[in-house]
Amino acid sequence: MSSRSSSRRSSARLGRSIALHLFLTPLALIWLFPLWMMVIFSTMPDRGIFSPSIELLPHGNFLDNVNNLQRDTNFIGAIGISVSVAVTYTFLSVLLTSMAGWALARYQFFGKGVVVAIILGTITLPYAVVLIPQFIMVARDFKLANTWVALIVPPLFNSLGVLFMRQSFSMMPGDLFDAARVEGVKEWRIFLFVALPLARPMLAALAIILFLASWNNYLWPLLINSRPGAMTAPVALGTLIGLTKVSWGGIMAGAVMLTVPMLVVFVLLQRHFVAGIAAGAIK
Amino acid sequence: MRYQNATAYRFLAPYLLIFSIFWLWPIISSFLISFQATRTVPWRFAPTFNWGRLIGDPAFFNALKNTLLILVIQVPVMITLAIVMAVLLNSPLLKARGLFRFAFFAPVVVGEVAYSAVFRLMFNLDYGIINKLLNSVGLPRIDWFSNVTPAMAVIMIAVTWRWAGYNAIVLLAGLQSIPQDVYEAATLDRVSKLKQFFYITLPLLKPIIVFCAVLSIIGTMQLFTEPFLITERGGPGGGTETLGLLLYRQGFKSLNFGYASAIAYTMAGLAIAISLMQLWLTRDPK
Repeated sequence: MSSRSSSRRSSARLGRSIALHLFLTPLALIWLFPLWMMVIFSTMPDRGIFSPSIELLPHGNFLDNVNNLQRDTNFIGAIGISVSVAVTYTFLSVLLTSMAGWALARYQFFGKGVVVAIILGTITLPYAVVLIPQFIMVARDFKLANTWVALIVPPLFNSLGVLFMRQSFSMMPGDLFDAARVEGVKEWRIFLFVALPLARPMLAALAIILFLASWNNYLWPLLINSRPGAMTAPVALGTLIGLTKVSWGGIMAGAVMLTVPMLVVFVLLQRHFVAGIAAGAIK
Repeated sequence: MRYQNATAYRFLAPYLLIFSIFWLWPIISSFLISFQATRTVPWRFAPTFNWGRLIGDPAFFNALKNTLLILVIQVPVMITLAIVMAVLLNSPLLKARGLFRFAFFAPVVVGEVAYSAVFRLMFNLDYGIINKLLNSVGLPRIDWFSNVTPAMAVIMIAVTWRWAGYNAIVLLAGLQSIPQDVYEAATLDRVSKLKQFFYITLPLLKPIIVFCAVLSIIGTMQLFTEPFLITERGGPGGGTETLGLLLYRQGFKSLNFGYASAIAYTMAGLAIAISLMQLWLTRDPK
């Protein structure tokens, strides 16, 4: 009796499992389809992209397309700018947000409530509100248009990163830091040599998210670094979209060059990635 | 606990400095600029110049209407889809979980420019794969970018594709923070899985769902890249122009900073209203 009901239960489980996969598999394929098409387009000659046949398998034209892209816009140079900016930005932003997160997690100080309220408030403030004065200030007043400083410094203010690091530091046992204080270690040394090493997994998660944000940033670099030769890779690619006398295979090769490295990082470091995104929301 | 003002502010200083220069001052400045006529030199204080124009500007109401239309359709569809993804990815019955996660989360790393280019080609009238597939199953092809309704649909499809997985990640983390014994107790009481979802999962997940919805609404409200790159500068004929795109055109193409600031503050007003609604929706029941 009991064995029959358990076998009925296990066959019900099997049925549910099959139904689940029958629903999710097509959805997953639909979700991967645009990425697959990106790869296919990037390997096709332009006349292949604009032909009546349905092509779902890669061709061999990727390098030609990269050459076309390099001819249409100096994409390799733009990639160089994007990489340097993203690396510098990530380093500075991780440092700044973890310093601020450390202060908020570990000290009592006058005005703490105000600082936290500001950070929470800016999460839901539309970026559009600061965009225009930021542009006027950086371009007109500081005369920094088309420089790296303009790309790196204004986006350094980041609310979710601080909340994430505050959360990480406040979960650490306080005894550890107190022990160091008893030894007479200075506060900034405790931060650098005790707290930061302990926070390594969280720093990795934050760094990945910040790098990605900088790598994909479009509107601000479009406004502030629009001179050819100073553009980041997404901006350079964006200038081609919509032009008629341009290689679409080249544009797709550029899209692949922007996307595939990030997908590889995503696959390798999925745990950190997911942790970084999730931590922004779960408080 | 002892107050350590000096030490704390030394750690906070660089961050607060960046905030003051690049956020606090712009927030104030943007408000002030919205009351000035900015296409004269020097700028002139004219309190009704931009706001008066805004109230009577059909282009503004067109962009507002389009933005709200995208919001009202796209955000609920995306959040529902994200909840479904998260719940199913969390199921213990799922095999090859990593593959499914990859499929849904991959768009999270794709930049707006890259995916805009792909969607533009996929929905091309004569050579786009979508129309070819429609044709191959005997359906008529659709002129996606020359008519307003299909063009709006492409934008909503694109934004949903890009962001559903992001919301699913957040919701999945929320699901995993729900203690399992609640479900075990419900299962012992023979509560069906479906009822467990509606009476346990959804209520416990509500704060995170609301959080996702608010961030999605505020993100969608500023939509810029998709109508700029996919539907060619808000086309056809302004049919997909959004507030974000109107702000870009007014601020950075016409260099009309005052008017663009008024548009920006309208968005801020909407965002404040939405945030207040969030507080109301997630308040602790008395």
